[in-house]
Amino acid sequence: MKLAFIRKAIAARDAGRPAALATNLKSGLQLYVEGSETEGDLALDDAGLSGVRQALNDDRNTTLETSEGAVFVEVFNPPLRLFLVGAVHIAQPLARMAAMTGYRVTVIDPRTAFATDERFPGIELCANWPDEALEKLRPNRRSAIVTLTHDPKLDDPALQVALKTDAFYIGALGSRKTHAKRCQRLVEAGFNDNLISRIRGPVGLDIGAISPAEISISVLAEITRVLHADRVKNKEAA
Amino acid sequence: MGDTEEILDKAAEWAEAGKGVALATVVTTWGSSPRPVGSKLAVGQDGAFVGSVSGGCVEGAVVEQALEVIKSGEPRLLDFGVTDEQAWDVGLACGGKVQIFVERVE
Repeated sequence: MKLAFIRKAIAARDAGRPAALATNLKSGLQLYVEGSETEGDLALDDAGLSGVRQALNDDRNTTLETSEGAVFVEVFNPPLRLFLVGAVHIAQPLARMAAMTGYRVTVIDPRTAFATDERFPGIELCANWPDEALEKLRPNRRSAIVTLTHDPKLDDPALQVALKTDAFYIGALGSRKTHAKRCQRLVEAGFNDNLISRIRGPVGLDIGAISPAEISISVLAEITRVLHADRVKNKEAA
Repeated sequence: MGDTEEILDKAAEWAEAGKGVALATVVTTWGSSPRPVGSKLAVGQDGAFVGSVSGGCVEGAVVEQALEVIKSGEPRLLDFGVTDEQAWDVGLACGGKVQIFVERVE
């Protein structure tokens, strides 16, 4: 692999631009693909190129059979992101566990007494109001959003913006009763039931979690389950 | 995928420091192989490595091959089969097959 391609792939991923590298497994010749631009010494015909685009769309590394032999396509998609609304106690273990799992985590809380580097070492903090923050940070289909404040003043605006994004997961902490009231407020704000049903509440898998760390496991487990829904075997038990 | 980024970063860092580096990538898997397609191992000419392409059972062999690829510059496609018995010996829970592409960082 050319050093330049490694650097480009990393830069593309950091900037949120999808990129792919196609490698002929016999010759080692490579083609780097980013947007409509290609670079490299591997010649791919139209079928090959559309195979690369398909892999990018599917977000899946794959091997294509081409007239020149097997070509491995590696996809460099933007990183998974997790936006936590509320720099509360639960956000501390959840941010750390999510970072370990490979998410780029941002904790959003305008209450700067909560969102401190001391409480969230190494985690990106955003002190904007949650709706402004999310509009600025632009969650996409590789993003998960979880509200944790229990405070409608903070959670509701965040959820209203979240519902307008392609985020693959939206969760809201709170009991069944709290969630029902929340849904009612969203209906009054003009969101339909279909849209509101995207919000997972009470958040997380039912594993009997009590402590903040256990609740974090339950939330992260649910996010993982949604992310990898196509791999989940026992769908009935969900 | 954060993993891949770190491994590529390390490979680039070694290469920029003038070290010979090879990248090994899992390109195909059959059965219950321990690491998914795209998993990587970066190997330096001094034998240092980061990442993984299996649960640990083929890394030794891959590093050996990678060192030869660093010397020759010729990429290689390696096949490894792991039977249930072997898998048990090396500490994996189950068998599987993997194909690993090894290339030099230029």
